[in-house]
Amino acid sequence: MLTIEELRVEVGGRAILNNVNMEIPRGETHILFGPNGSGKTSLMMTIMGFSGYTITHGKITFKGHDITHMPIHERARLGIGVSVQRPPTVQGLKTRNLVEVCAKYGRRTVDIEELAREVNFNAFLDRDVNHKFSGGEIKRSELLQLMAQDPDLILLDEPESGVDLENMALIGETINTLLHRGIKYAKGKPHRHSVTNASKSALIITHTGHILDYITADKGQVLFNGHLCCSRNAREILKWIGEFGYEECVRCAMEMTI
Amino acid sequence: MRDGNDHMTKDAGGVDLKRYVTEADDHGYVTRLAEIAAGDSAKFLDVGIDTGEEGRAGTFIQKDRSVIHSCAHQEGVTIMSISQAQNTYPWLSEYVWREIDPQKDVFTAQAKKVPHEGYFIRSAPGVQVAQPVQACLYIAKEGFSQNVHNVVIAEEGSRLQVITGCATAPHLVSGLHVGVSEFYVKKGAQLHFTMIHDWGREVNVRPRTVVRVEAGGVFVSNYISLKPVGSLQMYPTTLLAGEGAVARFNSVLVAGKGCSLDVGSRVILSAPGTRAEIISRAIAAGGTIVARGELVGQCPGIKAHLECKGLILKEGLMQAIPELSGTMPGVEMSHEAAVGKIDQGEIEYLMARGVDEEEAVSMIVRGFLNVDIEGLPLALRQKIDRIIQDTQKDMM
Repeated sequence: MLTIEELRVEVGGRAILNNVNMEIPRGETHILFGPNGSGKTSLMMTIMGFSGYTITHGKITFKGHDITHMPIHERARLGIGVSVQRPPTVQGLKTRNLVEVCAKYGRRTVDIEELAREVNFNAFLDRDVNHKFSGGEIKRSELLQLMAQDPDLILLDEPESGVDLENMALIGETINTLLHRGIKYAKGKPHRHSVTNASKSALIITHTGHILDYITADKGQVLFNGHLCCSRNAREILKWIGEFGYEECVRCAMEMTI
Repeated sequence: MRDGNDHMTKDAGGVDLKRYVTEADDHGYVTRLAEIAAGDSAKFLDVGIDTGEEGRAGTFIQKDRSVIHSCAHQEGVTIMSISQAQNTYPWLSEYVWREIDPQKDVFTAQAKKVPHEGYFIRSAPGVQVAQPVQACLYIAKEGFSQNVHNVVIAEEGSRLQVITGCATAPHLVSGLHVGVSEFYVKKGAQLHFTMIHDWGREVNVRPRTVVRVEAGGVFVSNYISLKPVGSLQMYPTTLLAGEGAVARFNSVLVAGKGCSLDVGSRVILSAPGTRAEIISRAIAAGGTIVARGELVGQCPGIKAHLECKGLILKEGLMQAIPELSGTMPGVEMSHEAAVGKIDQGEIEYLMARGVDEEEAVSMIVRGFLNVDIEGLPLALRQKIDRIIQDTQKDMM
C-alpha cells in the first residue's frame, strides 16, 4: 500500500528525517513510537505532503503511484486520509459542509446525520469547524471526516491525546470500524469474511500506547533521531519502552550503528 | 441630543459637490411594479428589492429625485415619500433634523439645501409586521447628486423589518448619493434594518445616520457592500438612550481595485443595562478599507463588544480602528481586531480532505464573510451567498 524509500526530509533547513525506509502492506496497521522530537509527526506530514517538509532524497509510493511530489489534494483523492494533532479553526465553515466535502472527494454518498451519530457528534454539525472544540471533540470531528472520506490509508497523529477515558473506547472502536476491523463491522458476517475485506491500512502515532488497548496493531516501529531503528510487534515494543523508556531504544540503536 | 454629530467633519473627503448636478428629469409614477423596466428591476433584485413583492409588507422606490412607487400592504404600516409624510403629519417636524444638525458637514448641508425626497416608514404602536418592508434608492442620471432624507419610526411595542437596496443604473459611471437618515426605535420596539449597496465604479456615497433607541428597544443593522463603489464614507451613530436598549451591527465589506470604503458604527450606551455588539468582516482585494468601530460607555453595568476582522487578498489597505471609551466605573467593553491573510494551514487542512487549492481558498473566504445575518428572508440570504460567490471570482 505505502512504501517509503531512503527518505530524507528537512524542515527550515534542518535535517529531520534521515534515510527512513518503511513498508505498510495492504490491511496492516502500524504503530509509530518515538520520543518527543524524533520526527514522527514530520514523517506523517511528509507522507501527506504538507508544506514546510522538504524532501531532499528518497521516494514515497502509494498504491503504485509515485506521490513524492504530488499536491496534498491529489494524495487525498488517491485514498490517504490524515488526522493531524492540532487542526486549525475554519471560521464560518460548518462542520457539516466539511464532512460533505470529505464524502464528495471520497466519491461516496453518506447520510451525515447517521454517520455523526456513530461518534456522537450531531450537535456539532452546525458549528464552525474546530471552533472552540475540546480535545476530544476535535478527535471525534476528525474521525467523522475520515468516516465520510473512507480512505485506504489512514494516518493518525496521537488519536488518544486530549480524550477522556469515557470517550477513549468510542475513539478506539471508530478507528476499528474505519479500518474494517471492528467487532461492530463483523456483526452478522463470519469473521473470515470481514478479515478478507480488511483492505485498509494505517499508520498511528502514539505517545502513551493507550490506543493499543482498543485497536489491533500488526507491527510497531520506533523512530529515533530521524531514523527508524526498530520494527517489531507493537505490544512488545510498548512493554520495553514502558519498562526501560526510550533510553533503551537509544542504547539499542547506538549498538546497531556500531 | 446632538452628540451623534461630533464625527461629521466639514471635510468633504475629496468630493467636489460642484461636479454634480442636482437637477434630473422626473420619472413617472409606476402603479404596478411589474411595469418597471427589466434592466432596472434586475438591479433592484441584486440589492434585495423584489418587484414581485414576494413576501414584502410594502415597497418604496425612488429613481433619481422621483418617487416612482410607494405602497404598504399591511394595516399599521405607513410608507410614503418624506415630503408627502411631512404634509400629512405635522408632528413629523419633530423627527426631521432632530438628531442630525444640517450644518455638520457639506453633505448634510446639501441634503438640507437641495432635498430630493427619501422615505418615511412607520410601524404603528404594537403592530407586528411579519414581512419586511423594502425601500430602493436608485440613481439613473449620470453625474447626479441624489440627496435624500429618510425617517423610520418603530412605535412602542411594534416590530418592523426594513430592507434597503441602493443601486445605480447598469451603465452609470459617476454620481453622488447623500442619505440623511434618522431612525427612532421607541419603547419595547424592534427594528431590523438591512442595507445592501451596489453602486457604480465612480459613485461617491455619503450616508449620514443617527439611530435613537428607547427603553427595551432593539435595533439590528446588517450592512452589505460587495460591489465596486468609488468611495463610501459612513459612520452611523446609535444612541441607546433607554434602559435595556440593545443594538447589534453586522457588516460585510469587499473593496476591489479603485474602491475606498471608510465604514464604521458607533454606539453610545447611556442608559442602565444597555448592550451593543458590532461585528465587521472586510476583505481588501486591491482597494482600501478603513473599518472603524466605537463604543462609548456612559453608564455602569453596560456591556458591549466590538469585533473587526479583515483579510487582505492581493494588495490594498486594510485598517481596523476599534475604539472604546468609558466615562464611568463599571462599564464592560471589549474589542477584537485582526488583519491578515488567509492561513496556509487552513488551506492545506482542507486540501488534505481532497479539495484543490483554489476551492480551499474559496471555501475559507466564503466562511469568513459568512456572518450570521439575522432575520433575512431565505431568498435574500441565498442571493447574498450567490453574490459572495460571484464577487470571489473578481477578488482572486
